Amino acid sequence: MSFTQLVLYEEEFKRINDVLTKLYSETNAKVIFLVDRNGQLIANTGETENLDTTSLASLTAGNIAATGSMAKLLGEKEFTIIFHEGYRDNIYISIVGRRVIMVVIFDERSSLGLVRLRAKKAGDDLTTIFDELLRKVDSKTEEGVSPFAEITDDDIDKLFSE
Amino acid sequence: MSFINYPAREINCKIVYYGPGLCGKTTNLQYIYKKTNPDAKGKMISLATETERTLFFDFLPLSLGEIRGFKTRFHLYTVPGQVFYDASRKLILKGVDGIVFVADSQVERMEANVESVENLKANLVEQGYSLDLIPYVMQYNKRDLPNAAPVEEMRKLLNPNGVPEFESIATEGPGVFETLKSVAKLVLVELKKGAGG
Repeated sequence: MSFTQLVLYEEEFKRINDVLTKLYSETNAKVIFLVDRNGQLIANTGETENLDTTSLASLTAGNIAATGSMAKLLGEKEFTIIFHEGYRDNIYISIVGRRVIMVVIFDERSSLGLVRLRAKKAGDDLTTIFDELLRKVDSKTEEGVSPFAEITDDDIDKLFSE
Repeated sequence: MSFINYPAREINCKIVYYGPGLCGKTTNLQYIYKKTNPDAKGKMISLATETERTLFFDFLPLSLGEIRGFKTRFHLYTVPGQVFYDASRKLILKGVDGIVFVADSQVERMEANVESVENLKANLVEQGYSLDLIPYVMQYNKRDLPNAAPVEEMRKLLNPNGVPEFESIATEGPGVFETLKSVAKLVLVELKKGAGG
């Protein structure tokens, strides 16, 4: 199959985290996280201790997928931003570089205008990082350097032996 | 599409339970949830109607242990089985690594089973996948019911290519983990192949 598998390396992970940390402090957000369109959590920053980020990631991806289909039914290419307003917390969701979803959770210490402004810049920076990452993954696949090439049938059996 | 996270030493894969309405997809996940060690599972999320029919999907994250120093995580999803939720089914198939088809063994549901397999094939093709290439297992569920069709008959109709198949009673457990292990194994083997090994 021709899809590029998502692989995250230390170097890009650090750059991504730097962008998220900067956005976090610039916006006074509570939590920021990045999700792959398939629902896998890529990175997060902020007050995540009591948050079920795995479930949030999966639901965010479902939300974006549903919104994308609604856009198509209306003849739109996509809706790049979704905003949920709550009594206490708000969620700002935007698509970054077509492949990744950025979620900013914030309360009254911040504002939609500020989040929107700063998230746009962060989104541009992240797009650059992910473009480079995908190029890197492509070239590594061609060279066959993945550690999973060395998994044996034994390793797999062991996982299921208990 | 699996996601390999080096900084977290994790590998994440997505498995989708597919099948006609009321065949037992959600029941499979509920049983897995019930019987899994709390450390190994996250919260199970069900987006369902008031009558507990799946509206969008169920989601259950599961850790299986380590392989070569990488934590293996499987994200299990179900699709809504009812025919008119096709748009949602397509969305959930995005990025899928492995599929379990849950067939309803009751004789009167055979047509719905066949229709659902065809629907699965069509929805995969639309996204550039092929059922012949993706890790795929078949589960004949509700074997305890008196009106269950013979397995040979179901095999002929639903599994002509002879993918791994399992008889199950999802409400009570037999066959549920066997099915999950089989598809998870196929996904990992595929990952190994994809890595050029």
